[in-house]
Amino acid sequence: MQAVTAKNLTKCYGTFTAVDGVSFDISRGECFGFLGPNGAGKTTVMSVIYCFMPPTSGEVRVFDIDVCTDPGTIKSRLGVMPQDDNLDPDLSVIENLVVYSRYFDIPKKNGALLASELLAFVELTDKAGVNIRDLSGGMKRRLLLARALINTPELLILDEPTVGLDPHSRHAVWEKLQHLKENKTTLILTTHYMEEAEKICDRVAIMDSGKIITIDSPLRLMEAHGGSLEYVYLKLTGRSLAD
Amino acid sequence: MRIKRALRVWQRHLKVYTKLYKSSIALNFVEPVLYLAAMGLGLGAFVKEIDGVPYINYIAPGIIASSAMFAAAYECSYGTFVRMTFQKTFDAILATPVNIDDLVAGELLWGATKSMIYGTIIIIVIALFGLVKSPLVVLIIPVLFVSGLLFSEISMMFASIVPGIESFNYFFTLFMSPLFLFSGIFFPVNTLPVVVVKIAWMTPLYHVVNICRSFAYGKITPVLGDLAWLLVVTAVLAPYPFRLMRKRLIK
Repeated sequence: MQAVTAKNLTKCYGTFTAVDGVSFDISRGECFGFLGPNGAGKTTVMSVIYCFMPPTSGEVRVFDIDVCTDPGTIKSRLGVMPQDDNLDPDLSVIENLVVYSRYFDIPKKNGALLASELLAFVELTDKAGVNIRDLSGGMKRRLLLARALINTPELLILDEPTVGLDPHSRHAVWEKLQHLKENKTTLILTTHYMEEAEKICDRVAIMDSGKIITIDSPLRLMEAHGGSLEYVYLKLTGRSLAD
Repeated sequence: MRIKRALRVWQRHLKVYTKLYKSSIALNFVEPVLYLAAMGLGLGAFVKEIDGVPYINYIAPGIIASSAMFAAAYECSYGTFVRMTFQKTFDAILATPVNIDDLVAGELLWGATKSMIYGTIIIIVIALFGLVKSPLVVLIIPVLFVSGLLFSEISMMFASIVPGIESFNYFFTLFMSPLFLFSGIFFPVNTLPVVVVKIAWMTPLYHVVNICRSFAYGKITPVLGDLAWLLVVTAVLAPYPFRLMRKRLIK
């Protein structure tokens, strides 16, 4: 059973082609990573998957539902951890989760319960009443992760989940993602950290200039090309180690 | 658009408002009261009476209308724009089952609600000053919801097309301020040249002021035309904030 299938997905912004006819399948329970240089089209692919923007052409199905026909149902079953901090600065830490739960029509009582459970999961319980502006970068990332989990999603989309984090916070986020993987949540992420991809992704797609160059498990890619994942990445995206 | 989802957005705004109202509510009525004092008492010492009522009583109902108008206009111009761009609140909400139409409807409903709250505060204030005579003044409250919706629609249409936040200066200086000054709050518009009267008739605040003044004096029948004007224009403009926002947000 597939969580996501994309056939010839193309996305243009005006005359610029951000994603150029990519196809891939992501199975349920899999952790799938998109790797590639800035501007390769990773975030655009993710945005189409979580129905933030429609594809220009091609077909994308999530849970076997076309993203163009019923985005509401798809969005109710997935969680999104965006690259930017879009936490609600007018609300406290716990209110961010409770108010967000209401957008999914989660009853108030359950929402409050879920919110405190998730705060415990991301170790922010003691920050519940704090203003968003007073959180560190790492805490914000963790809160964004908690918010993405408020509807107990079957599929979690993470756009550079550990960007800008110190090693401790990064490991804390990885630990949470491992935990979700064990619970059979499908994970799709983009990252620039090869260590991250190697550690948690079952398969990765290496993208460049809107195209997918290869899709395979990190291990097989490293065997095939003889080197670390970073070496494979640099080789395939046309940037040699000497550059 | 599904009303239940729009209400979720409305509830978010209400939650934020109830957190912050203590610090902002004083400001809501300080400015209108300043206008009442400066114009009503200051200018009133010279003008004495218009239409047979003391000048301060003449302008008080118009101040209800203008306060309500500015509340909706600020909420759905600056407020909407900040949530859409700087705070990225829209991006966060649109990653949930709430879609653009639900979101826009929630913003408009909140703008109308806030307009009604602000206008009602002024009604209470001027009633405490003894400036309204008729209990029919409470009929103004539902009218403020409709006019609030209309001002929210207009403001949001503007918010959906501006390149940056400084563009709202044009909106307030070239549109809102003339409405405030030439809609019959401070003097009867029919003393001006006919062309100005015709232009005033085509703008919303003129009708809201008429309605507020009549209700405050305990009269209903003279404003049926104004009520119809408000309802028709609110309905006619309604699709546009949705269309323009979809155009802006769907890439």
